[in-house]
Amino acid sequence: MTRLTTPLGAEVLSLHAGDAVTLSGTVYTARDEAHLRMMEDGIPFEPRGAAVYHCGPVIAGGRIVAAGPTTSARMNDLSGFLLDAGVRALIGKGGMGPGVRDRLGGRGVYLAFTGGCAALAAARMRLAGAYYEDLGMAEAVWRIELDRLPLIVGIDACGGDLFAEVGRKAKIHFEQRFNK
Amino acid sequence: MERRASGLWEAVASATASAFEEAETTLPADVLETIEEARKRERNPVARTQLDNILENVRYAGEHGLPICQDTGVPVVYLTVPPAVPLTRDLYAAVAEGVRRATAAVPLRPNVVDPLTRQNTGENTGGGMPAIHVTPGDDLTVTVLPKGAGAENCSRIAMLLPSQTGEIARFAAETVLLAGGKPCPPIVLGIGIGSTFDGAAALAKEALLLRINEMTGYEQEICDAVNALCIGPMGLGGDVTALAVKVRQGHCHTASLPVAVNVQCWAHRRATRRVTP
Repeated sequence: MTRLTTPLGAEVLSLHAGDAVTLSGTVYTARDEAHLRMMEDGIPFEPRGAAVYHCGPVIAGGRIVAAGPTTSARMNDLSGFLLDAGVRALIGKGGMGPGVRDRLGGRGVYLAFTGGCAALAAARMRLAGAYYEDLGMAEAVWRIELDRLPLIVGIDACGGDLFAEVGRKAKIHFEQRFNK
Repeated sequence: MERRASGLWEAVASATASAFEEAETTLPADVLETIEEARKRERNPVARTQLDNILENVRYAGEHGLPICQDTGVPVVYLTVPPAVPLTRDLYAAVAEGVRRATAAVPLRPNVVDPLTRQNTGENTGGGMPAIHVTPGDDLTVTVLPKGAGAENCSRIAMLLPSQTGEIARFAAETVLLAGGKPCPPIVLGIGIGSTFDGAAALAKEALLLRINEMTGYEQEICDAVNALCIGPMGLGGDVTALAVKVRQGHCHTASLPVAVNVQCWAHRRATRRVTP
């Protein structure tokens, strides 16, 4: 098991799709609205080596109550500027499109966290700050300190894409069974 | 104010709130057992990490009284109503009050919005929410089925031809193929066969109320066809794409074969309370 810690560097380039890793250090949550705001106003944190988590957490009393991943594909067309600025990891669920896969090439990785595991995620997190709180709880950018969040490399920096591979094989299995 | 003083009103409101609190923070025994069995059966190492995370998440949520998933769903409620209990607007209002109480107490994420303006009501009620389905029964019971959007959005309905009974498994498998990792597999499929266009969808959701740790031969056959796709937990590949398939059917027009597939995520949350006024 590879243990990653932010800020991330060239070590992410040697990961392969399907590898199990843990991530510690700082992540920044961002959903659709936060991406749009950052494109407009600039990225409010140091993007070089950073990890961005597709997540709209439940925060209560200054603590993270639930923080599972949201569907990353909604950010397919909103992620290029982050990678251009030096972000090394995007984290979420369900995978991302071929455009993101191409832009991750030689730069960074997409890491999958188990959908629905909001309580487990919260157990490994500490709230460390916030940007854009006016966007509301789900859409704000939350700065979170992670302690060994267990992740799977979904898309690597060499074009390996586990989600696309599984989807391609599933289509073949379907054709074999039903379109004989 | 009169209705608030009514013992029945309060009993229904508090039973509904209590059912949601249980459903959102723990999994039913049959669902947990089926996920544990799936973990034993799964051979793909990546898939096993996902099932381990799910089981650890469920354990942690239960111990700390936290929501299993941050998508706490929209409130779907099934009532059985005995002859002695009048079916009134107040009964519906009491269920809605229970939803508001659970939203504040657990807490639940406010998910209910106007479909066009997207304005959030802030309390998971309003404009037909909670969705309440009533059937006659011997006892007054409240069953809740909070439904997350990731899986619900992957559901489909088809008006097949009467000659296409053999196509039902294909339609179910195709639904899962199109969904991929989006509905948070391993999933449960509720399939409604027959009735009318709307009736098939209702049957599909009611099928999700059935215990999932047992399947008929027909349900197993569809489940096997789905699992042969090897989409696996979270769409990362593996043996277990579906935990179970449950079917409910109703008679239909001789010229029709409505089929609805309601997709449910691994966080198959439901709970029941018997109301004693």
